[in-house]
Amino acid sequence: MSTDITNIALVLEDGSVFEGEAVGYMPENGIAAGEVVFHTALTGYQEVFTDPSYAGQIITFTTSHIGNYGVTPVDSESRGTFARGIIMRDMARRHSNWRSESDLDAMLKAQKLPGVAGLDTRRLTRLLRDSGSLRGAFGTADQAQLLAAAKNEKGTSGIDLVSEVTTPQAYTVGNGKFNVVAYDFGIKTTILRHLSEIATVTVVPASMSAEEVLAFSPSGVFLSNGPGDPEMVKGATEAIRTIVEAGTPTFGICLGHQLLSRAFGGHTFKLPFGHHGANHPVRHLATGSVEITSQNHNFCVDPDSLSGVADITHVNLNDHTNEGMRLRDLRAFSVQYHPEAGPGPHDSHYLFGQFAELMEKK
Amino acid sequence: MPRRNDLHTILIIGSGPIVIGQACEFDYSGTQACRVLKEEGYRVILANSNPATIMTDPDFADRTYIEPLTPEILARIIEREKPDAVLPTLGGQTGLNLAMALFEKGLVGVPGTPELIGANAEAIATAEDRDKFKQAMIEIGLKVPHSGIAHNMDEATEVLKEIGLPVIIRPAYILGGRGTGIANTMEEFLKLASNGLDASPIREILVETSIVGWKEYELEVMRDHADNCVIICSIENFDPMGVHTGDSITVAPAQTLSDVEYQKMRDAAFACIRRVGVETGGSNVQFALNPANGDLVVIEMNPRVSRSSALASKATGFPIAKIAAKLAVGYTLDEIPNDITKMTPASFEPTIDYVVTKIPRWAFEKLPGTSGVLGTQMQSVGEVMSIGRTFPESLQKGLRSLEQGRLGLNCDGGESLYDNLSDEDLLKKASVATPERIFQVGEALNRGMGVDRVHDATKIDVWFLDQMQIIIDERHSLEGKSLTQLSRNEVRRAKRLGFSDGQLAYVLKEDEMAVRSYRESLGIIPTYKTVDTCSAEFDAQTPYHYSTYEDENEVRGSTKPRVIILGSGPNRIGQGIEFDYCCVHASFALRAAGYETVMVNCNPETVSTDYDTSDRLYFEPLTREDVLNVIAAETLASGGVAPKVIVGLGGQTPLKLSGLIDPALIAGTSPHSIDLAEDREKWNQLCDSLSIPQPPGGTAVTFAEASVIAQRVGYPVLVRPSYVLGGRAMQIVHDAQALESAMDQMARDGSLGKEGGLSAERPVLIDHFLEDATEVDVDAIRDHTGEVLIGGVMEHVEEAGVHSGDSACAIPPQTLPAWVVEVISAYTTAIANSLDVRGLINVQFAVLGTTVFVIEANPRASRTVPFVAKATGVPLAKVASRVMLGATLAELRTEGLLVPPVTGGHVSVKEAVLPFNRFPEVDTALGPEMRSTGEVMGIDRTFGRAFVKSQTAAGTVLPTSGTVFLSFNDGDKPAGIVVAKRLRDLGLGVAATTGTANYLAKFGFPVDRIVGKLSEIEGSSLENAAALVASGEISFVVNTPHGRGSRQDGEAIRKAANANGVSSVTTVEAALAAVNGLWEQRSSEVEVRSLQEYHGRA
Repeated sequence: MSTDITNIALVLEDGSVFEGEAVGYMPENGIAAGEVVFHTALTGYQEVFTDPSYAGQIITFTTSHIGNYGVTPVDSESRGTFARGIIMRDMARRHSNWRSESDLDAMLKAQKLPGVAGLDTRRLTRLLRDSGSLRGAFGTADQAQLLAAAKNEKGTSGIDLVSEVTTPQAYTVGNGKFNVVAYDFGIKTTILRHLSEIATVTVVPASMSAEEVLAFSPSGVFLSNGPGDPEMVKGATEAIRTIVEAGTPTFGICLGHQLLSRAFGGHTFKLPFGHHGANHPVRHLATGSVEITSQNHNFCVDPDSLSGVADITHVNLNDHTNEGMRLRDLRAFSVQYHPEAGPGPHDSHYLFGQFAELMEKK
Repeated sequence: MPRRNDLHTILIIGSGPIVIGQACEFDYSGTQACRVLKEEGYRVILANSNPATIMTDPDFADRTYIEPLTPEILARIIEREKPDAVLPTLGGQTGLNLAMALFEKGLVGVPGTPELIGANAEAIATAEDRDKFKQAMIEIGLKVPHSGIAHNMDEATEVLKEIGLPVIIRPAYILGGRGTGIANTMEEFLKLASNGLDASPIREILVETSIVGWKEYELEVMRDHADNCVIICSIENFDPMGVHTGDSITVAPAQTLSDVEYQKMRDAAFACIRRVGVETGGSNVQFALNPANGDLVVIEMNPRVSRSSALASKATGFPIAKIAAKLAVGYTLDEIPNDITKMTPASFEPTIDYVVTKIPRWAFEKLPGTSGVLGTQMQSVGEVMSIGRTFPESLQKGLRSLEQGRLGLNCDGGESLYDNLSDEDLLKKASVATPERIFQVGEALNRGMGVDRVHDATKIDVWFLDQMQIIIDERHSLEGKSLTQLSRNEVRRAKRLGFSDGQLAYVLKEDEMAVRSYRESLGIIPTYKTVDTCSAEFDAQTPYHYSTYEDENEVRGSTKPRVIILGSGPNRIGQGIEFDYCCVHASFALRAAGYETVMVNCNPETVSTDYDTSDRLYFEPLTREDVLNVIAAETLASGGVAPKVIVGLGGQTPLKLSGLIDPALIAGTSPHSIDLAEDREKWNQLCDSLSIPQPPGGTAVTFAEASVIAQRVGYPVLVRPSYVLGGRAMQIVHDAQALESAMDQMARDGSLGKEGGLSAERPVLIDHFLEDATEVDVDAIRDHTGEVLIGGVMEHVEEAGVHSGDSACAIPPQTLPAWVVEVISAYTTAIANSLDVRGLINVQFAVLGTTVFVIEANPRASRTVPFVAKATGVPLAKVASRVMLGATLAELRTEGLLVPPVTGGHVSVKEAVLPFNRFPEVDTALGPEMRSTGEVMGIDRTFGRAFVKSQTAAGTVLPTSGTVFLSFNDGDKPAGIVVAKRLRDLGLGVAATTGTANYLAKFGFPVDRIVGKLSEIEGSSLENAAALVASGEISFVVNTPHGRGSRQDGEAIRKAANANGVSSVTTVEAALAAVNGLWEQRSSEVEVRSLQEYHGRA
């Protein structure tokens, strides 16, 4: 058993070292580097590491065992993986589930996603919680090289990650009654699945202009989730403003929420360690009810910066950050969290219905 | 929606005695509910018949009624206290069933009566009535197993025709799956359907397609008035469908569900709680999943806090019962803060970064005749929970937490059990669910049979099996190596897979302490992580820890003086909630006195493992290794100052560890004194020096030695192993042959490391048995100045020879002359002084004529401490814990903690509750081996009334009409005259066996009906006694077993009574007490009174 274990280290920019074992793919230079974040969901590892929003990041799974139920193509949230690596306490040697078609290790190798297992993920999580997201690197390289690689990492602030993940060409999915144009800033498959139930969806690259979008005469426009700093997705805000001001019903999720907010004067800022999990309570202010939500974001909208422009519709009950808004006098709304789930609870599916209603009223 | 101000007084219904299927978890939930509602300013009324509970401590409610839990008694309490609401969802199935009974009588839940909060009658009926539940689930689009409802055998057969064998039978409104079973053949079906109808209080059963072998899951759901729903915990059963979930090894969080499947289950659980209509609180929903295609069916839901809720609370740190109580009085989840993070609300779903394993503990060894096969009816008496960062670590910690001599997943002396089993036989055994199965599976994997072959035989999921295989592989990689040759990495890897030092010692052929010191020399010591509900996303304020082998230790430092309290581990017969009560009280008292208290325990049901009972909680096995580790961690955290350790309150579990801990650390009675009381020779010398008589006896390791002693002192002799609780393996033997077989059994147990086993260090005690003596129990406290406080003198109702835990007893003594009580007090004081006791001591005496013999002394808390505290109003456990830390009784008197006992005006009777209704194959006659699972208390103005209450509370239905069946052994016949006379006076009919009938006739009490014993009826015209009992014509059975020879006749009668639900007593003393009580009670109504009134503090 001991013969096929490769002991490797994870080194963070602050010099912290964690010992673990290599799993999945190992890059030729023996270094996997990125911004290290943690995710607290108990299920849904495949959906998480295939989510394009993780571009530039290394994901730490806090739940102990990863890989138990294998992997299956239908659970992938995109055409590939954009995360830089995954960290876990234990990777299953053998998986068990009727849905699975392969095991996690094989998938990581096939998708060239490096992994490290066996380390004290709780120590790591506590460190990230207390000091905020840190850049890090793991692999077979020596610790000095890993530290240098960690320090060399650009992180996720001030860089454009969307262009890495967006679709190069427009394509169409679904066959619903509405005609929706969806901006792909890193769109998840589950979102497309939901939109497809209500619309024929034309997925377009992040760089598409407002004129080109409006040329589709869309019943509505959807602004997708995506990775990194909303400030760096420059052209999008102007396009969004033009589209919304043209009276187009618009719905944004996650990065889409941040971009819609910025398009109308909102400010965004980076949270210390972000929200990555499937258990965050959000209050829907209109009804007072609590939704348990799936979340994945490091940046956040300052609600005060929207005053007079938008009404706040959703608030996070853990840290009272903004979770949703609706523009005044315009037909656009957005949420910071992930109503599509994948992974996560289904409490907020109603928002897709709300989008359909908005388009209905046209 | 904040707190409801329209409610002022709330009645909480407790769950009564500890029985199989309903244990400490409802003390935990009830205690939380009482605390919360009092804090919220409500006037809390509590009804519970169980004196051993923490919730019935008079501080927890404004009015505490230790009264039988019957609808009649509750009606009286309601009449007296006029509550605005009744909260029935925290008292287990008992609470729900009582609420329904009261609702049906129009006493609650209808206009003008107290409101039912938590769950209303409609919701309870929808969840509990099998047919209604099934219809409701179909209505909301959920699948249920194909099934039909039957109310009699004809209907049952009709349903069977439709769905075909195999089927599972589930009676409605039952607890812990009583009366449930799987029928593979027509014969089994007829038997199970009939038993099931009998087990259901409304004679209704569900006949359902068997889905044995499917995967089983459970979700813990909470809902508030605003319809916010959250899942607290998902639980996956290690054992597939077919084993009651209370008897299954279970794991949290669920391990083999993808998010897609999990979310589908979550949606279904919410749909279920909404449809059933549980408005607020916690519920659990059970699912079965077809491993071949993911087909999901709902099995059942409990519209109340359950055993699983307690487990889920401990597993996640989310206090379900506490939150449920708040929701019941109007709060919504988002208005309640999460206790652990303080900063975030309770309206979230806990997420955990470790694996929790629950393993049940059974007591088949105490119930001869049982098959030991697990099924759909719960049979376990307790459970352990363990926390590890991975499943292998968690599983191994859990297995050693069981305290059954096993050190983990095999790799210990216990595995010699499989030496002579062929691979086929081993696999065949493992294919049947039994308490041994987990170890058999381990051995099968150890032999290289492979995960797939074992899966085929057991249907246990391959992920679990492969995780076990990882443990086994590690073992193989260590085999043949020597300790000092192991690298740091190798030792660390083994420790991370949960290997105990003892297992490593076994595989490396080393001594455990040598492994420990080598391990420590490599710097491999456990790190303690925190249970925080959020996988470290937020800072946790609550120091609830578990050990694992990682990088970072989270125990925070402090400089306050600290005390470690070692808990009592899993519930078992002989050691249960009473000891948890003592540990919890110690923690409360010592915290109040300025100490920082540290609890170590592994029982998820208990109040002691509530994270706010102590300043720190370590959820750890109670083994030498784990306890020494906690002591080391605490020493480190206080800058090198070692803590004090309390070993005297958690029963035999911590006491067994006392010799392995640095004696300087032990608070209270020294290990030397503990040993003095346990070591037969030293104890004899002590009694001789005090001139206190003992029954003659000696100690033996072999049958030859035992036989010599028995011949010297004369048969019958009482045979008992040392260092056991609950009379494990204790027997009264009447001849050499019986003595030999008793010694043989103990030698076998000893070689397997089982409790009650015999070894050179743990010889067997052989004493002359005092027939017909009266047994007396004393609980006392001695402080370091030598002052001795006699807490309570309890006279047993049953004669010596019936284990004290199975015997009823009374405070104050009812038949002992005053001078005898004084002698007993003087003896107790002298013994306590000679043993230099600091804290509690329990002494047992046998009074025969004018001689008071001392039977044994235990310088530790006893089972009766909470009963004595409730009978006298003196908080013995609190006082004792302070005394153990050096306070004197005089100081505690001044402080106001030690109050004078309440004497006169009332009599308190403790009665044992036996598990026989679950084991119809077991003889119900009482003996020296304890078999009761719990106890109840009856309090009233006189002994007779209190005794009747105790019987009612224990579920014994005393006769008020019909015919009573009598069968006495010769010795009991004179007292039988009195029994027969009273029955006549009460206007009851009497039937008796020929011997008893002839005897009674001589004294002017001819019986109405004479029947024959099994051995007498052949060739005679006599009716069969057992058949008469089974016929339903008998309302009560008195059958006293013969001391020697064939017990078969009596056994048949007692079993017939048990199997047919006819209440019985098996001692003449109990029969006398019962008939006298009935006589006193005959013309007056039952009165209820609260403990606060009895204690004069109302």
